[in-house]
Amino acid sequence: MVSFIGRSFVQKIITLFFVSIVSFLIIHLAPGKPSQVDPMNPKFTPEVVERFRKEFHLDKPLYVQYVYFYQDLFTGKTVSWKDNQSVLKKIWERFLNSLPLFIVGTLITWTLSFPVGIRSAISREGLYDRTATFLSYLLISIPGFFFAYVLIIFVVTRFHVPVIGMETFGIGDASTPFILMDRIWHMLLPSLLGASGGIAVLSRYVRSQMLEVEGQDYIRTARAKGLPPEQVHYKHALRNALLPFVTMFGLILPGLIGGSVIIESIFSWPGMGRMAYEAILARDYPIILTVNFVSAVLVLIGTFISDLLYLIVDPRIRL
Amino acid sequence: MTLNETPVAKNFHVQEPLAPKRTRMEEFWRLFRQNRLAIMGLFIFILFFCCAITGLFLTWGSKPVFDPSLVRLEEKLRPPFSKPNLDLLEPDQVPTLNFYLMGTDDLGRDVFSRMLQGAWVSLTVGFVAVGISVLIGIFMGGIAGYFGQHYFKIDQILWTLFLVSGTGLIFLGVTRLGTALLLLCLAYIVYAVLTRHRFREKATPKRRSMFHINAVSVDTLIMRIVDIMLCFPSFFLILTVVAILPASIYNIMIVIGLTSWMGTTRFVRAEFLSLREQDFVAAAKALGIGNLRIIFRHMMPNSVAPVLVSATIGIASAILTEAGLSFLGFGVPPPHATWGNILSDGKNFIFDAPWLTFIPGITILIVVLSFNLFGEGLRDVLNPKLRERH
Amino acid sequence: MTDNNILLSVQDLKVYFRSADACARAVDGVSFDVRKKETVCIVGESGCGKTVSALSILGLVATPPGEIIDGRIVFAGQNLLELGEKEMQKIRGNHIAMVFQEPLTSLNPVFTIEDQISEAVRIHKKVETESLHEKCIQLLKDVGISDPEQRLEDYPHQLSGGQRQRVMIAMALACDPDLIIADEPTTALDVTVQAQILELFGAIQTKQSMSIVYITHDLGVVAAIADRVYVMYAGMITEQGNAEHIFRNARHPYTQGLLASLPSLSKRGKRLYSIPGAVPDPAYKPAGCPFHPRCPHKAPSCHTEYPNMCDYGQGHLARCPILFQDKGRHI
Repeated sequence: MVSFIGRSFVQKIITLFFVSIVSFLIIHLAPGKPSQVDPMNPKFTPEVVERFRKEFHLDKPLYVQYVYFYQDLFTGKTVSWKDNQSVLKKIWERFLNSLPLFIVGTLITWTLSFPVGIRSAISREGLYDRTATFLSYLLISIPGFFFAYVLIIFVVTRFHVPVIGMETFGIGDASTPFILMDRIWHMLLPSLLGASGGIAVLSRYVRSQMLEVEGQDYIRTARAKGLPPEQVHYKHALRNALLPFVTMFGLILPGLIGGSVIIESIFSWPGMGRMAYEAILARDYPIILTVNFVSAVLVLIGTFISDLLYLIVDPRIRL
Repeated sequence: MTLNETPVAKNFHVQEPLAPKRTRMEEFWRLFRQNRLAIMGLFIFILFFCCAITGLFLTWGSKPVFDPSLVRLEEKLRPPFSKPNLDLLEPDQVPTLNFYLMGTDDLGRDVFSRMLQGAWVSLTVGFVAVGISVLIGIFMGGIAGYFGQHYFKIDQILWTLFLVSGTGLIFLGVTRLGTALLLLCLAYIVYAVLTRHRFREKATPKRRSMFHINAVSVDTLIMRIVDIMLCFPSFFLILTVVAILPASIYNIMIVIGLTSWMGTTRFVRAEFLSLREQDFVAAAKALGIGNLRIIFRHMMPNSVAPVLVSATIGIASAILTEAGLSFLGFGVPPPHATWGNILSDGKNFIFDAPWLTFIPGITILIVVLSFNLFGEGLRDVLNPKLRERH
Repeated sequence: MTDNNILLSVQDLKVYFRSADACARAVDGVSFDVRKKETVCIVGESGCGKTVSALSILGLVATPPGEIIDGRIVFAGQNLLELGEKEMQKIRGNHIAMVFQEPLTSLNPVFTIEDQISEAVRIHKKVETESLHEKCIQLLKDVGISDPEQRLEDYPHQLSGGQRQRVMIAMALACDPDLIIADEPTTALDVTVQAQILELFGAIQTKQSMSIVYITHDLGVVAAIADRVYVMYAGMITEQGNAEHIFRNARHPYTQGLLASLPSLSKRGKRLYSIPGAVPDPAYKPAGCPFHPRCPHKAPSCHTEYPNMCDYGQGHLARCPILFQDKGRHI
C-alpha cells in the first residue's frame, strides 16, 4: 500500500511538472501579445510598455521567465497584469463564488442520478425507463445556452425569480434571512442548469452499470437462494455496480475549477470560469497559467483519491 | 444392442441443418433494426447529411440560389413565413420562393439560407474534428496496447531528446547550441548503427551497456501523455487555443480534434490489451505474420466497436462545442454562418425575435439528439453484455 | 396414480424463448419425476434444454424473452408455476436449492463467504447470530473445507475452484432443503476435484436423506451416481429409466449413439464413433422426430409423426417407435 502511494505520488509530481511546461509553452509561443504589452495598444506610451516588459521579465528568454513565474507562484507573489492584484487572491475570491454553485450542482446531480439510474435498470424497457431515457437524451443533446435561455424566459415570465448575478442589486444592508433567500433564488437556475447535463450522463451510466451487473451469475444465485428482490437489487447488485462510481467520486474535484464558462456568462455569475475567459481574452498570462496549474493539481489529486478509493472498496484488489 | 456395436447403417446421409445462415452484417442490422430510437436517429442523420450537402450547393458562390449573406436592412427581424415588402426591395434582393421561410435576422439576412450554410459547417466540424481525434486515438491506443511492454532504452530517450531540443533551439534562434546538439545526436546514431554488429557476439562493455537499461515502457509513456492532456480542463483548453490562434473554421476543427483523442486512446488500449492475450493473436504470430499486419488486419476490426460508438457521440459533442464557441464569440468568423453564430446573434433579441434563438437551437438539438441515439443504438448492438439473453 | 414417494413432478413443461423473428422451443414437453432420497440424472448435450428445465423449477427463467407456455411442476402438493413470487421465495433456497456450474462467477465477489452462506439461513430460518457462525463453520466442515474459520472471512477470489464449488454446495445445504438441483457443478473443475465433489454429493445424500437432480453431459458421472436417468435431446426427453437399464440396454438411437461415442479399451485401434450431424437450433427444429436427420434407423414416418414414449417395462421408456417395433429381434 505504501509503495503504491509513494510511486503514485512521484508519478503525479512528474506529470505536474510536464503540465506546467506545456501550458507555459502554449501560452507564450502562441501569436498575440498581452494587451498591456502590445505596442499597438493606444493606452500605453512606449516607456510604459518598456517598463512593463522589464517588470515582468518579458524580455528575458523563455526558460528564465518560466523560473520566475513559478517562483512567484509558489511564494504567492504572482500578480495579474490587468489590474495588478495578487492572482491568488483573485482566484480565491472567485473560487468562493463558484463554490456554492458547484456544491449545489454536484449534490443535485449525484443524489438524483442514482435513484433514477437504478430504477431505470430494474424496470428495464418499462415506462419509467423509457421516459427517463428520453429525457436524458434530450438533456444531453440540448445546447447549454439554448436551454438556459428557454429556462430563463420561462422562469422569469412565470415565477418572477431573479436570475442575473449573484445577488439583487442594491440589497446591501437587508436582514440576513432575506439575503439568504435572495442568494438561494439566484443560485437556483444556474445550478439546475449545471446539474441537468450531469444528471443525464450520470444516470445513463448508472443504468448501464446496473444492467451489466444484473446480468451476472451471482445475481441468479442470490435469487435462487430465495432472497427478496430488494435484497437482490440493493444489496447484491448495487454493491458491485457502485464500484466504478466510487472512483468517479474523486474525479469531481477538478470540476471546482471548471465552472462552466457558458453558464457563468449567461447568468453574469462572477465565478472562476468567467475569470479564466476574460483572462484569455486579455492575454493575462499569470491568471491563465495559475488557473491551469491549480486545475492540474486538482485533477491529479482527484485521480489519486479515486485510485485510493478503488483500492479500499474492491476486495479483489489488494496491494 | 451391446456397447461395442457401432449403429451406423450403410449409405447413411445426414440432412443439412435447418437454421438460416446470416452474415455478420445481416445479424448486426437485424439487431439494430429492433431499436426504433436508433433507427430514427440514423434517419435524421441521413436527412441532415443531405440537407448539408444540398445546402452547400444552394448557398455557394456569388449568386447562390439561397443567399445567406445578402443584407436587407429594411427587412430586419421579420418573423417566419412572412412575405417580403416587395416595394422596398430591389429585384435581386427578393428572397427565393418569395417568402422568408424562417424569417430574417437583425441585418435582414434570410435565416433559412444561413441555416443551410451553417449545416455544412456543423457537419464538417463534426466529422473532421472527430476524424482527427479518432485517428490519433487509434494510433496512440494501438501502440500503447500492443507494444506496451516494450521499453524505451536510455540511449533512445537521450537521442530523441537531443533531436527535439536541437531542432527546437534552432527554430528559436539559438543556432549554435542547437546545431551542436543535432550533430551530437547524429554522431551517436551513426556510431550505434555501425557498431551494432560488432557488439552482437561479444559481451557489451560496461559503459555501453549502461545505455541499454530500460527506462520507461511505451505504455507508461503514452498513458502519461494522456494524463497530461487530461489535466487541462477540456473546454478551457479549446478556448485558450482558439482565442490565441486566428479564428478560422479549420483551426477550430483541428483544435477540437487535437484535444479530444484521449477517450479513444483509452478504449483502444483497453481492447488491445485484452485482445492481445487471446489465442487468435498467438496463432497469427505462430504462423509468422508480422506485427503490423496483426494489428491492422486481425486486432483492429475487433476493437472498432467502442471507437465507433465514441466517434458518433463525439460528432454530437463537437457540434455542441462549436456552437458553444460561437456563442462566446470564438467561432467561425462572420459573415460565414454557423448555427452557433445564428444562436449567438439572436440572444440579444430574445424577446423580440424568439425565432432567431429557437430555430437554430431546436435544430441543433434534433441533430445532436439523432447522433446520440444512433451512437447509443450502436453501443447496445455491439456490446454483448447489455443484450437480452436469447 | 399418486405416489407418495414422489417429491417433485414436472409434467409436460414447455418453455419457449421469443425474439423478434424466431421462437426457440428450448423445452418442448418435458416430464420427469424425482422421488425422495434418490439421485436423478438429466443427461444431454449443450443446448438441449436441461438447464432451462432446471431453472424453470425455481422460476428463474428470464421472462422476457422466455415464457412458460404450458405444464405443471408439482412439489409438495403445489403447482410451483401457479405460485406468486413471494411464495416462490419461500421455497427457493429453503426447500429446493440449486448449485450452479461456474463457481467463480456465481459467488458475489464483494461479500465474504460467511456473509453469503449465512444469508439464506437468515432469510428462511430464525437463527440467532451466535449459532449462525457455528452453523457456517459446521457447514464448511460438512463439505470438506479445511480451516473453516479462516475460509469464512475470505472472499471468493481467494479460494480455489474446488473450494468455491464446495462453498456453493454449503450454501445450498444451509437450510436443509428437500431437493438439490445441481447444474453441471463439476464441468468447470479438474477431473480429480470432480471425483471429490461427486463423492461429496454421495455422502450428503446418505447423511441428509435428500434428493438430488444432477444435470450433466458426462456419461461417466451418470454411471457413478445416478439412480435413474433421463436423456434429453432438443428440448424433449428421449429416454428414461434406471441407470442400469440405460447403460446396458439403451433403446433410443440417440442414447445408443452417446454410449457408442465413449472411448473404451475394447475399441482400441478403431476409429472413434461420433454421431453425425449437429444439434438443431431450438428455433428451427426438424419436423416429426427431432433426432431423425441424424438417426441411422430413420424411417419415412419419422419425418412426419412426432414419436411418443414407448414402454419397455420397469420404468424404462424410450421415444422411438421404430426400435420398439424391432424389439422382438434384439434382446
